[in-house]
Amino acid sequence: MNHLPEAWGRPRNDVYGSYDHSYLQGSHPQQHTQQPIVTGTSVVALKFNGGVVIAADNLASYGSLARFTDVERLKQVGTHTVVGTGGDMSDMQHIYEKLLDTLIIKEEYQNDGHYLRASHIYRYLSRVLYYRRCKFNPLWNTILVAGWDDGKPFLASADLLGTTFSSPALATGYGAHLAIPLLRRACPDEAAVAGITRERAVELVEECMKVLFYRDARSLNKYSMAVITGEGVETTGADGEKKEKVHVEWRKDIELANQSWKFAENIKGYGAQTV
Amino acid sequence: MFRNNYDNDSVTFSPQGRIFQVEYALEAIKQGSVAVGLVSKTHAVLVALKRNAEELGSYQKKIIGIDTHLGVALAGLAPDARVLSNFMRQQSMSSRLLYNRPVPVARVVNAIADKAQVNTQHYGRRPYGVGLLVAGVDETGPHLWEFQPSGMVLEYRGASIGARSQSARTYLERTHEQFADSSREQLVLHGLKALRDSLAQDKELTTANTSVAVVGVDGEKFKLYDGDEVGEWLEKLGNVQSSRGGREEPAVPEETMDTTE
Repeated sequence: MNHLPEAWGRPRNDVYGSYDHSYLQGSHPQQHTQQPIVTGTSVVALKFNGGVVIAADNLASYGSLARFTDVERLKQVGTHTVVGTGGDMSDMQHIYEKLLDTLIIKEEYQNDGHYLRASHIYRYLSRVLYYRRCKFNPLWNTILVAGWDDGKPFLASADLLGTTFSSPALATGYGAHLAIPLLRRACPDEAAVAGITRERAVELVEECMKVLFYRDARSLNKYSMAVITGEGVETTGADGEKKEKVHVEWRKDIELANQSWKFAENIKGYGAQTV
Repeated sequence: MFRNNYDNDSVTFSPQGRIFQVEYALEAIKQGSVAVGLVSKTHAVLVALKRNAEELGSYQKKIIGIDTHLGVALAGLAPDARVLSNFMRQQSMSSRLLYNRPVPVARVVNAIADKAQVNTQHYGRRPYGVGLLVAGVDETGPHLWEFQPSGMVLEYRGASIGARSQSARTYLERTHEQFADSSREQLVLHGLKALRDSLAQDKELTTANTSVAVVGVDGEKFKLYDGDEVGEWLEKLGNVQSSRGGREEPAVPEETMDTTE
């Protein structure tokens, strides 16, 4: 038996055969993500007077194949925040399950009256995304962070390059082209938020999801929606600890309603028809 | 002949269950000049007595700003305080960079407590020879923490560390019920009175040897006041001398030490 230290803890060559080193180091250099594989499409979000509404459909596509139709792309993070993710779904699962879950668990363990609000989660995510792109190994996502922060509705976007920006109406992916113009008609700037009711905001986002299903070939007629509303400050605990009172209302598996495909008759240029 | 065999390192218990190296570290705090901290509902205040090694020398810094919402006063080995305060500044910066959030006071205090405790548990290391009063403001209001090299941290409404700090503590214990509703100025004066009670014989508070730092909720940033900046407070204080006799002038009676401005 080989008693030399380099053999300690290794399977014996005379029993198992020598180790196949080709598994240890392939002939290829290690590659980082160069394109997303399983993808989610748009996330749509809009601020209103007293909160934010955010929606994303339940589809994960494999190329043009509608591969998974039950994917939840919105996630509540802590008590104040909902994030929505477009782009690579495996990277999204990494962010949700490895990063954000751990982050919130660690924060809760402290149990000291401090909690991460939307702006904190947003900064964390944008730093992670920027860090990864600096390693030339980006997380291939665009993320919207919606929530309640410091007595105001919060909505902001971060992407795989680490680009960050904020607006009262935001959408990712195809929605950035199709939904944002629709939302901006009702909400051109921050000042317009005060004039938008919750009902109107939900209506607008539902309309966007419908238009996106009509025109985005990677979308689904089933989606989730979360409405985050704040109601000022509540006092909890014996020591008068203050915490913002925030509601997150979920609607899942929403079927697209009132579809009209009449416009399809006028679409020319595909299939067997003679133009 | 009667050498103590149980104080060579910080990992050996004496038969009585004591760790002498840690106790020596706590003694080092008592060698340092006094520092006092106190909090109201709106402010946290640090006051400290600076020492100069000799008449012609400058005074040793006693209060170190960590961030705009946080600072420490030290008693003991200043180089050790520098290590700890640099670490706290790093924690503070990383919290702002990573979470866009000023670091919660309790978190950064627990971070240095963990650092200090590790030193009491490894052979070849020594405990920090410094005690800190950490004053800061966060989302849960103003806070004052005391840090000890044993790794112990406790939150206080009023606390004092350093030489003769017991006299300051006695003042704080006598008056602490007024702190919560004190104004900013009243709180500073309470601090200075506690500090005055800790003066050695024949010593007095001067603009040269007194440091004051204030931080408040609603955005009043941590600010250190030194030199002439504390002159106004010392005037309000009136008597700046030790009450331990040695001078002909008698100690000022309690009534004139009015807390209202």
